[in-house]
Amino acid sequence: MRAEQRSGTLMAAPYTAFLLVFALYPILFALVLVFLRWDLVTTPAFAGFDNVQLLAHDGRFWRAVANTFLFLSIHLPLQIVTALSLALALNRPLAFRSFWRAAFFLPVVISGAVVAILWSNLYATDVGLINGVLVRIGLRPVSWLTDPNTAMPAIAAMVTWKNVGFYVIIYLAGLQYIPRSCKEAIEIEGATSWQRFRYLTLPSLLPQTILVVTLSTINGFQLFIEPYVMTGGGPLRRTYSIVLYLYTNAFAYQKMGYAATIGVALALIIGGVVFIQRRVIGKAEAV
Amino acid sequence: MKILKRIALYGVLALAALSFIYPFLWMASATFKPLTEIGSLSLIPDHATLDNYKTMWARAPFGRALLNSVFVAGTITISVLVFGSITAYAMARLRFRGSPVLNAATMAILLVPGQLTLIPMYTLIVQLGLIDTYAALILPYLFNATAILMMRQFFLQIPQSLIDSARMDGMREMRILFTIFWPLSKPVLSIVAIFVFMGSWNEVLWPLLVVREQQLMTLPQLLTVFSLGGGAGSVGVSLASAMVLVIPVVIAYAILQRNFIESMAGSGVKG
Repeated sequence: MRAEQRSGTLMAAPYTAFLLVFALYPILFALVLVFLRWDLVTTPAFAGFDNVQLLAHDGRFWRAVANTFLFLSIHLPLQIVTALSLALALNRPLAFRSFWRAAFFLPVVISGAVVAILWSNLYATDVGLINGVLVRIGLRPVSWLTDPNTAMPAIAAMVTWKNVGFYVIIYLAGLQYIPRSCKEAIEIEGATSWQRFRYLTLPSLLPQTILVVTLSTINGFQLFIEPYVMTGGGPLRRTYSIVLYLYTNAFAYQKMGYAATIGVALALIIGGVVFIQRRVIGKAEAV
Repeated sequence: MKILKRIALYGVLALAALSFIYPFLWMASATFKPLTEIGSLSLIPDHATLDNYKTMWARAPFGRALLNSVFVAGTITISVLVFGSITAYAMARLRFRGSPVLNAATMAILLVPGQLTLIPMYTLIVQLGLIDTYAALILPYLFNATAILMMRQFFLQIPQSLIDSARMDGMREMRILFTIFWPLSKPVLSIVAIFVFMGSWNEVLWPLLVVREQQLMTLPQLLTVFSLGGGAGSVGVSLASAMVLVIPVVIAYAILQRNFIESMAGSGVKG
């Protein structure tokens, strides 16, 4: 047994060291940085609650938070509806089933940077593919990324397009777990297809829906490369995301204390929002 | 009625599939179009040209970036598989002090959003003097908590009798892991390999922070900097540079799509 004890400790030692340096230390130091003023060149100075107070009154930060909530209010419903519809369509006897699945999943494997560059071109006002189609069917072109009112919705639609295949797979797995006996029972009862969806399928998929909501919320709060590449946060800061603001503070302004404070605030906001979402969805289920 | 429904179903599926595939086809074709044709919807260029590729290749070190990406993602994947499986084996099959703590800590760090530790990690890399090194890109990813938990879960199901008889034969734990556990664990190892490689291959925020030297940039970073900094100069050139990143992934995905979907959907890793 002493030999087992020794090999175990030895084999786990590199990972333990890694955890201390690249997980525990950064988490603790993030909390220390909140109280520091530091540009990485001069020695760090104690700043008390300056960073926290600045954050509380920083219009740019709260603008970014508001932008993210606008993003989520479009992205979440759109993501759930499209993912669920595509999963329901796939969950039947089909020809070329694996082809359809692979097609829907394709954007998931492509780098976010590539997707952002591609869609800046698709959304382009004069030469973009989307406006090209709109003009062809007799509609007016839209200034997708340069109009403050459409920029964030356009990004939200694009992110939905990129990730939907991922959530289709999650819903498909859930659909396959619905017991055959339940399906047969509700059919014998003479339920219409809407009733079957409303009273069997939808409630059975609640765990998957919670997962979809949680993951796309976390993902939404981490929005970075899309506004960085497509709009630079504009027009009128309407697509500025929290992570983009964090990055700018660290990289352009060299304010490590303040950037870390934004990071801590972001983690708390994510935790709070996910907690509230789970409570609300849990309550909706109980009714 | 039934037939009409079938037709409608396939119509919807085809339309959806087209909306996911067409933009990439348009992108591929746009890279062969001269600037005057970029606006056209057609997939076949009237005057096909390789100019976009030549310009892209001449203006920024994309060949080097491709090698950098392969090296960084490859090293990280091998490390996560080798060192991660050593850790997972110890956590799953050996009793030692601190094992429960390690397990709890691994699950706990999955709950910490990366943005919380981003700045302290960055200042750590600065203080270690590792800005503009491969080490900066690799070190923070040497281990992966999701991968360790997956491998641990898999290792738990391998029968104890295999370990016992191997020990009887005088095998050391490391040999048991690599000669008995690894061959049995191919499914989980391939799942881990794909999502770790893809996560690293597509990562852009961390490289943007710790690398400024063009020669050290990985593909997504060079692509972003090149397209944003105006280095590309035209849509065709910028999309041509994106193709360097996309082509290897699409080839791998075409061959291993089932494994890709299982791996990336199962781990929660998205590009």
